[in-house]
Amino acid sequence: MSFTTAVTWLVGLGALLVAVKPVGAYLARVFTGQPTLFDRVWGRPERWFFRASGVDPADDMSAAEYAAALVLVNLVLLGGIYVLLRVQASLPFNPQHFSDVRPSIAFNTAASFATNTNWQAYAGERTLSDFSQFAALGFAQFIAPASGIAAAVAFVRALSGRKLGNFFVDVTRACTRVFLPLAVLVALLLVWQGVPETLAGYAQAHLITGGHELIPRGPIASFDAIAHLGQNGGGFTRANSANPLENPTAVSNLIYIITMGILPVGLFGFFGIMTGRMRMAWTLTVVAGVLFLGMLALYYVPQAAGNPIINSLGLHETANWIGQELRFGTGGSALFTTSSMAFSTGSVVTAQDSLLPLASLGSFFSMFVNMVFGGKGVGVLNMMVFVILTVFLIGLMVGRTPEFLGKKIETREVSLASLAFLVHPFLILGGTALAVYLPAARHGVSSAGAHGLSEILYAFTSAAANNGSAFAGLHAALPFYTLAIAVVMILGRYVPLCAMLLLGESLLRKRTVPETVGTLRTDGVLFGGVLLAAVIIVNALAFFPVIALGPVAEHYLLMAHHLFS
Amino acid sequence: MRWGFLKSALWMSVGLWLLLGLAYPLVTTGLSQWFFPRQAQGSLIRLGGRVVGAAHVGQNFWGQPDYFWGRPSATLSPLTGRPEPYDAENSGASNLGPTARKLLVGVEVAVRQLQAANPGLQRGQIPLSLVESSASGLDPDITVRAALIQVPRVSKNTGLSRTYLSALVQLAARAPEWGLFGTRRVNVLALNLLVYRSLHATSRP
Repeated sequence: MSFTTAVTWLVGLGALLVAVKPVGAYLARVFTGQPTLFDRVWGRPERWFFRASGVDPADDMSAAEYAAALVLVNLVLLGGIYVLLRVQASLPFNPQHFSDVRPSIAFNTAASFATNTNWQAYAGERTLSDFSQFAALGFAQFIAPASGIAAAVAFVRALSGRKLGNFFVDVTRACTRVFLPLAVLVALLLVWQGVPETLAGYAQAHLITGGHELIPRGPIASFDAIAHLGQNGGGFTRANSANPLENPTAVSNLIYIITMGILPVGLFGFFGIMTGRMRMAWTLTVVAGVLFLGMLALYYVPQAAGNPIINSLGLHETANWIGQELRFGTGGSALFTTSSMAFSTGSVVTAQDSLLPLASLGSFFSMFVNMVFGGKGVGVLNMMVFVILTVFLIGLMVGRTPEFLGKKIETREVSLASLAFLVHPFLILGGTALAVYLPAARHGVSSAGAHGLSEILYAFTSAAANNGSAFAGLHAALPFYTLAIAVVMILGRYVPLCAMLLLGESLLRKRTVPETVGTLRTDGVLFGGVLLAAVIIVNALAFFPVIALGPVAEHYLLMAHHLFS
Repeated sequence: MRWGFLKSALWMSVGLWLLLGLAYPLVTTGLSQWFFPRQAQGSLIRLGGRVVGAAHVGQNFWGQPDYFWGRPSATLSPLTGRPEPYDAENSGASNLGPTARKLLVGVEVAVRQLQAANPGLQRGQIPLSLVESSASGLDPDITVRAALIQVPRVSKNTGLSRTYLSALVQLAARAPEWGLFGTRRVNVLALNLLVYRSLHATSRP
């Protein structure tokens, strides 16, 4: 491992580790209504705004109401994006005069950005006007993650014995107190590193080799800042964060890594502070951290060793450079990709499709479990799903009624947690099976052999996990995929969110049982170890067969130097 | 579910849209233009008043005898769908999987083209990154070694001495950012602009 790789990893991971508690504390201030630095700016307009829109900040919602408000706001958002994309030719800020987006792509994109997936079946730099980018998609990149964070906040409130709160207030506070100030700061840092931020349209360059070319420009920095801060991962251009226009240097790469991780790790701290169980929050952080480091190694080692077939050509260097950008180095790309998958951002600095099979296995695993910190509030919720399932499993093993935070875990809780967990493999495996079965869908695969299955599997995994990255060889603009993936994104987002809100409320209503010496502790090495094992075993049971047919089979074919034409 | 929610949802969406969908990008654009005007405009490089490229966006020099070549690019023309390397309007990768025969063939073709243009170049001297395409298709950089192995060819075709060209490579080489992050590399456009200036300057070096 090179010196720069070591420094990049130390700085990136160190910054995130340090952020857990202070960011959590700040989030706790924001969401318990304590004064923050920004009240001076937002206090007055916010009160006026709530009064005008008929929101009473003191009005606590039930879980069903909270979920309904969330789905409603997201529906308005989805409809708004769809309309703006469909009529973009008649709207301002369209310097390249792009025409309206066609209906299937507009729907797929609206569903994708409203659900915080940010799957992109279009090429941004030759499809969307600046206005569509910032006023439709950029805006969605605030509201979608704010909705996820609000849901996580409501759930954690319930765990800490508080009422769920008001969805409208939580979203507004998440946007004005957390996302907006940070987004402006990050955007300026990105511009400093060389990311364009202009409304002047594409630049014409006269090449020294003769001829000319257009260089895409736009308000890219502000778009990418919120794309990462909210773990959205939408790219301004088709190549996403691999494009030097979006990610010009190794420093901007590191800025992105820290930006996308800061809120997911902060939410773990937030959980600890709100419930008064910081020790448990650290246990969960360590469990997620161990999985993170495992995936980082799983990416780095094979990518640095390279493709054995290509290496047999006897060239200089052995790392896998296909679909990789030179300026980040293998180590920088490894940390970005692992972060983007762990935090469920889905932005990419590499061509995921060209990763070596073991490296892609790390990405798959991350999206399967979707709780290695995870993104936009959903990560901490998924972690709670596994915590509750683990508590339940341990309860079965020792023959006691399982308890979590002083509440008994009974049929209703286990059913809701199981629903939140099972909808994920169901959507992934069901979607993949359907695509493999339908000739119209098989037609969209660009690679032969095991890699072809991986392309389909990746698409549905990414959609269900609301991740948004792709094995881009798949023809995602085919009607089957635009529709099926949109449906999977929507179900994969809202079913678990609603289940978890109901679960939180159900726990809140229960009487607290006093802790005794016989109570199972949900922190420390023992519980962390069992949780880690449960996460791996439960997911392996669901996904191992399909993984064996995809990346694992591909790995052995690669070792045998088997080529597909 | 209360009917009041619908009103709140609509009002909230409009209010936050004005703030986050309009004010945020426009104000940020204004601030960026104020603080970092050059970068905000796309770090454009001018030569004699004309824009010749952007500092971070690679251009296609593959096959140009007088210039240093960058990495292969898998971008396609948005109009025809045919290969058009370094098309900045349609960034993207080849997306070839590791067991695709096309990947191996592509590398082999690039190696042969390099060897044909640079007689005497051994396989073992060619960095893999110079013959495998990037993720964006717009990667502006190559390794220092990848530039140095092209010096004899550029020297022969331009008449500039090898020593001079090697010095230009070292001049264009960039250390890792702050000496800490990323890789040591050469920006191909920056290097070729140095070559261009040397060829077109009134007083030749």
